[in-house]
This record gives sequence, structure tokens and C-alpha cells, in this order.
Amino acid sequence: MGQNKQSVLWRIGGAQGHGIDSASLLFSRVCAKMGFHILGLRDYHSNIMGRHSFSDVRIANWQTLGHVAESNMLVCLDAESLSRHIECISTEGVIIIDADEENIELDTLKFLDVEIKSHLHEELVKHNYPFSVTGLLALIKNKKTSVISVPFSQIRDSLQTQFSVSRSTALRSKNITLVAISAALLNIPKNNLLSEVSFLFKNKEQVIALNRAAIELGYDYVNTLNINSDLKLPELTESKTDYLWLNGCKSIALGKLAAGMGIQPYYPISPATDESLYLETKENNSIVIQTEDELAAITMACGAALTGARVATSTSGPGFSLMAEGLGWAGMNEVPVVVTLYQRGGPSTGLPTRTEQGDLQFSIHAGHGEFPRIVITSGDVTECFYDAFRAFNYAERYQLPVIHIIDKNLASTSQTIKPFNTHDLTIERGQFYEVGNKKHLPRFKFTDNGISPRPRLGEKDKLFWSSGAEHSEIGQVNENPQNRKMMVEKRANKLQLALSEIPLDEKLTVYGNMQASLTIISWGSNKGVIVDALERFKTEGKDVRAIMLKLLWPFPVDELNKLIHKDEKLVVVECNHDGQFNSLLKEQIGRGADHLLLKYTGRAFMLEDIMHYVSDIISGQAEKIISVE
Amino acid sequence: MKAKEFSADVQNDWCAGCGDHGILHALEKAFAELGLAKNQIAIFGGIGCSGKTPYYLDTNGIHTLHGRVLPFASGAKLANPELTVIAVGGDGDGLGIGAGHFANAGRRNLDITYLLYNNGVYGLTKGQASPTLRQGEQTKAMPQPTMQNDLNPLMLALTAGFSWISRGYAYDIHQLSSLIKNAIKHKGSSFLEILQPCPVYNNLHDKQWYEDNGITDYPRIYSLEDEGYDAVIPVDANKSLRDKKFTESVMKSLEWGERIPTGLFYQDLSAVELTQQINLQKPSYCSLPPAKQPLVDKNNKNSLDIQKLFSDLKI
Repeated sequence: MGQNKQSVLWRIGGAQGHGIDSASLLFSRVCAKMGFHILGLRDYHSNIMGRHSFSDVRIANWQTLGHVAESNMLVCLDAESLSRHIECISTEGVIIIDADEENIELDTLKFLDVEIKSHLHEELVKHNYPFSVTGLLALIKNKKTSVISVPFSQIRDSLQTQFSVSRSTALRSKNITLVAISAALLNIPKNNLLSEVSFLFKNKEQVIALNRAAIELGYDYVNTLNINSDLKLPELTESKTDYLWLNGCKSIALGKLAAGMGIQPYYPISPATDESLYLETKENNSIVIQTEDELAAITMACGAALTGARVATSTSGPGFSLMAEGLGWAGMNEVPVVVTLYQRGGPSTGLPTRTEQGDLQFSIHAGHGEFPRIVITSGDVTECFYDAFRAFNYAERYQLPVIHIIDKNLASTSQTIKPFNTHDLTIERGQFYEVGNKKHLPRFKFTDNGISPRPRLGEKDKLFWSSGAEHSEIGQVNENPQNRKMMVEKRANKLQLALSEIPLDEKLTVYGNMQASLTIISWGSNKGVIVDALERFKTEGKDVRAIMLKLLWPFPVDELNKLIHKDEKLVVVECNHDGQFNSLLKEQIGRGADHLLLKYTGRAFMLEDIMHYVSDIISGQAEKIISVE
Repeated sequence: MKAKEFSADVQNDWCAGCGDHGILHALEKAFAELGLAKNQIAIFGGIGCSGKTPYYLDTNGIHTLHGRVLPFASGAKLANPELTVIAVGGDGDGLGIGAGHFANAGRRNLDITYLLYNNGVYGLTKGQASPTLRQGEQTKAMPQPTMQNDLNPLMLALTAGFSWISRGYAYDIHQLSSLIKNAIKHKGSSFLEILQPCPVYNNLHDKQWYEDNGITDYPRIYSLEDEGYDAVIPVDANKSLRDKKFTESVMKSLEWGERIPTGLFYQDLSAVELTQQINLQKPSYCSLPPAKQPLVDKNNKNSLDIQKLFSDLKI
């Protein structure tokens, strides 16, 4: 990064149900309020309680977008967290761990993957260290890493006595205590935390009192320490005001509401559910209906769209598979419906809470037969809002289904962002029949540009037929070959119209130097690490450019062809095995990647991945296809 | 308006003698007698012969997907509660591929009317067994008798939670149109099973079978109303009365053989309809349902108050 661009990665890990979310929420809000930019990553298991989960908070003095693997401060609520993250601690980092966990044998960690266990076992045996937390800590003793071994049982006991609560109740403050200790070590004023706790645990007086006391005890404890850590918060270089703090799910929900969405039928599925639940908390005129399955969610959305309401649904891969037939109906009947697709690891149940970009080709081709659809994607939390908003305009202008495809990574990435510019948002509703004639209107009228005006179900003097069967202009079944040919062309040509009308900045964005001899082409949530990497490459004197696609279907062939020079090296980065975007690129512009950087571990690309492998590519040491561990 | 005015000027391709013709006439008659405006009616059809009904009515008509007619219809009603929404489909559509939607549309108790044309066969694919054909029965196009058990549409509707349940007969247009009228008037999810002989593929249950039980001079089908059966659960009913009525309806739904009951089996006036439930949580809903929300003002400017959406996200 540039000289004055500094960041600290704070990571907290523990068992699900032990307050990882509350802890990172508190820490993020405190840091954001101090004026820092915050980037959060949330990693969790498909489980309610007990399995490991962690949360990253990247505290920076500029608006960083990229997740990093290496943590500067690691807060471990349990031994498993240390086992999983010890190898990702920075040289001069700080580890905070409950002292009672130190005696734990790694053999007893029932949820720690066997692969990690055997790897750690090998490492520890090599050094003749015990297979325990003590052994793990010995591994880093030669580094400059500080280990803060917190006597939490003492803190717990004093909380128990002070508030006359059970041991288990007092134990619940462990997360906040460790947050307080890390905040104290970073010289964050205690009062910043104390005031946030009331916000965090709204109206729960006893919980607030208990956690405030835990914060006091945490700061008191740090005062007793003699620590020589160089770890500091970044220097604040700019003042930011009125920033919002939200994740991809919320950003999309807000974009939908800003677009005037009236109804969202949905079926619960990770990681899409959070969006619908958030919509339900909002006081506005839209309604959220939980359906029996995704077949019902999409078809209910279609039924609602016929009335002129703006509609959407939200799902992940398994649900999207079920929606294929409804998507086809919407295509055939030229119904504007927005589907937000949060990709997760597939196929089948796959990795329900992990990330992947495995549904790109499916989103473009889902459904039998040929029908037009628009597929768009977003690169960061801010884009999620504007793209969710635009999706409705596209859907209504071109009267077709719009799929807004993002992934679990972006859904749960939280960011401090500039307030949305809502002033320039224009709702474009497309064409409607203004007057009726009491007869059935030609709902599918042949027009020059393929767009027929549509009536709203129930309007005075207007009647119409719609049909999933091939139909005439008036919506009656018609199997005549000439009519069929014209209808197929009418529907298909709408994509050409969309391609000619959608502005360039809604199709793709370009970062870095246009003359660079190496271009990274990618899509979706990879934007964050790629954009951050470009800056870092620049400081290293390496000239790299990036093109992030936003409109994935119809594909912006002409625009991309104009951008790509014949003799430059192309690197495609995507989070899947098959290189689905690269295939699309080859199919559409006749040229694919010189190097394909793929990751299909269920985890998102980290900044380190891009730096490492793209540097290899630059120095000519890389394979054509690179699979990131 | 006259019943005929609800008939669309479209060539009908149902077979001669098909029960569907009777249902179509009963629908037209019901609309006329209720004095409904054409633009306020939205008929959704499933897939199969029955699913073509929307093409033949001079109202709004939407031909949907196999099994999905209920969610389509529900979406329209939720977005615009002023509409009179009717879903029609066959027994294969509603009880086979669409059974999940059948059960959930019932419990949702949204004010829509669902007409299930029950003929025991898949007509349009030329005569396979539907979920209402009884085990061991073999209609004329089937290579073998069906090995699977049938299901009871009325009992399924009862347990699913439809708050108005009845059975009609396709050739008794007088009773059928009156049942359709009551189904539309009922504020809640209405289920009307219609015994609809398929003259081409179901040779076992034809017009003669329904109208002559082979034993007495009386037809096999009879009207519950004629026998004084009271199916209504009043608004203020207590649990024991509700349970009693429910049990009686279950027993009636089991009657099939020498005598087959038609008419109203069950009506629960105490069940709260879904749009009313939504309005309790979202008081703006009934006055500003999704279809009626003005998104832009006269100058085509966004008329939504967006800024308040962000209040909980400020640091």
C-alpha cells in the first residue's frame, strides 16, 4: 500500500453461539466511530452451536476492500481457534487467549478437522513440542509475537460474585472481556467501549451491566501487564463523517427498497435468508412472504409482477435450481422479476455457508428453451445497493427476469461506506398500456424494439391473457411457425436493445493503468482483493490493470474488445474449478486467459493469494492454470 | 351482465361431452350472478385440459406452469387484494406435482378460490392414473391397474387448513355455479373439488356411474344441503364446536361408493384471512398494497422516502 496506508487485521475466533458476532460488532463499531474504515469478514459453519466460527475486522485509514489472511491480533475464545489460526499470525502480532485453554490437548478438540490435527501434529513432533495449546504457543516463541494469556476464570469469578449470577452467565462475558483487552492493548479509550455496550445489548439492563464490568476488568488486567508490542492502530489521515456500516445482504435489501419493491416471496436458505429477514425489520410498504419452497417463491413473484408491483426473490444455488421453470415462465411471458442469487459452494447441498462462484454459467442458462434474461453482478457492498436498484429498472424496461448474482463472501462482508447517493436514482418503469378498450389487449404486441406495453392486472377497461405456451400477440395459444419465429425473435432481440442502452459503467469497470501489459479480468466479490492488490503492485513498480465485469449477460463483447490489447497478458481470477467466466470470455470474445487463477476451497481469495500468484505470473514462473490452496 | 358475456370468442378444444364444459358454464353463470367486473377477475390455470379454462373466459386469464397455479394466483392476490382470484387445475396438477403448494395454500388462508377438476386421469398425456385413481383401478388407456393408493382431496384440504371446502359435480351446473359463488364470497382459502368425468380416458367413472348407483333409483351423488348437513363453524365457535365440525367433515369426506356427497363440507368463519393478518403487522398494507404503491410522482421522480431506510446503519 501507499506509505500512509495502514491497516490492522483483528480476528476473533470461537465456537458458534459464544458471541463472535456481538464481539466483532462491538469492536467494529468502536473503531468505526473513531474514524477508521472497517472491512469485516464473517466465516461460519453450517451449524447452530459448537462449531468454529471467526470474524475478521480490518481497521484501516483508507477505504480498503480486500480481505487479508494474515492477522495482526488474534483473539481466541478457545483452543480450537488458536489451532486454526496460529499459522496466520503476523510476525509482530498479538495473540490473546484464555489461560485456562492452555492446558488443552489438541486430541480432545472434537471439531478440529483431522487434516489440521495431523498437520499440527507433524509440526509439533518435529520440534519436540507437546501436542497441546502449550506446544502451539511454543511454535511461535521465536517470533516477535506477544501472547496475552488472560486469567479469565478470575474475571469470571469476580463477575459472578459482583452480580450474583450463575457461573455460566458470567462466562458469557468472555467475548466482551477479550474485546476489551484487545482494545486496551491498542490504546482505544475505555469509554468508547462502555458507551457502545448499551447500544449493542439494547434494553437488556443486566447484560449491559455485566459486560460493562467485564470491560472494566479487562482494562484493569491490561494495566497490570508489561507488554512490549509495536502493534498500533493506523494513523488517521482523513476525517470521514456520516458513514454507513453494513454488509452485502443489507445493501441489497436497501437497494430493493429504494427501488420500490412491493413484495418479496422467499424460502429460507443460507446465505440468502439474512436479506429477507432484514427486509422484514424495515418499516416501509413492502411485504416479505415466506413460501413453501423456491418453486413457489419465483412463481408467486411472477403472479405478483402481473399486477404491476415491483417484485423480487432471493435465494442460493439449491433454491435457484428449483426456480429454473419459473424463470422460463417469466422469460416467456415477459414478466419483470428480480432474482438475487447468493452463490455458495455447490453442487447439491455443497458448502452451505462457504463461498464459491460456481453458478455463473447456470445463471446464464438456467431453464429449458431459449429466453432472454439479464445477469448482473456486484463487486463490493456499495455496488450491491446500486445494482439491486438497477435490477428493477432493467427488469421493467426490458420485461424479463434479471438475476443479480453475488456470493456468500460479499453477502457477509461488512464495510464502512460513504452514504449512498440517492439523489440520482431514477425509477424507470418501462412501458404500460395507459388506456384500455374493455377487450383483451395485445399483451405481446410486435413492436420495432420488441417491447410491448403491458397492462396491470385489475386495471379498469383492460384485460389480458398470459401464457407459458407459445402465444399470439393477444396471449392465446398459437403454434403457427411464422408466429413462433416472430415471437422467438421478439423476445431474443430485447437483449440487443439492453446491450445498446445500458451505459458502459454499468457493464464493466476498469482499474489501474490502461497501458499495463498485464490485465486481470474478473467478476463479483473478487474486486476487493484485486483492487487492493493493484495499489500494492504499483508501489512495487509493477504495472497491472484490472477489468471487473458487471453485466455478465448479455455479454458486453464490443466494450471488452475495445479494452483488450492484442499483445497483453490476460489473467482471469474466479472462485470456481471450471473457469466458468473464462469459458464465457472465450465464447464471447474469442480469447481466454493466458493464466487462470482459480480457488475452490469454499473460501474467498485473500489479498495474499493475488499478490503471490500474480507476482509469479509477472515473473514468468506461473503455470497456465493455478489452483489456490 | 349475462353469463354468456363472460364467454371469450375463442375456439374451445375440449372434447365433446367433457365435464370441463359444464365447469366453464358454471363459472360464467357465477360471475354474472355475482355482478363481477371483468377486469377485477383473474383466472389462473395449471397445466392439462383444465388449465386451458382461462383462455375461454372473457376475463383476465393466465396460463401458468404444471402444479404451480396456486403460488401464481397467491402472488397476484397478495400484490392486489382487490382482485377476485381464481385458480383452476386438474387432480394431477394439484395433488401430484403441485401437492406441496396445495397444502401450503390451504394453511395460508389467503382469499382465493381453487377449483380442482377431478377426473382420476391425466387426460392431456392420454390417460395415465392420477393421484385420485384408486389402487387396482385400470382405466382404458392404462397398460396395468394402478399399484398406488389414492388420496382424498377433501380430507387433504381439511387438514391443510382451507377454510371453505366443498364438492361439486361438473354436470350439475346449477349447484356448481352456486358453490362457485359461495367460494368467491368466502373470505379465505376456498377449495372446490369438482367431479369431472373424462369421457375419453376414464371409462370407470363416467356420467352414468355418477348419476346411477346401479342399486337404487337415486343417483350416486347427493347434496349435503338437501340432507340438512350444517358445515359452518361460526365466528365465535369454541374449540369443542370447532373440533366437532371438523370431525364431521372428515367423516363426510370418507363417504365414497354407493353414495357420494356434494355441497359444502366445511366452512370456518373464525379463521383470519391472510391479507388481514398482514395488515395487523403492516398497517399500510390494505390501503397501499404492492400493486398500488406510487413509486414515482407526476414528474417521474422517485417519490419514496429513502433516507429513513439508512437510519439504523449510521455509525
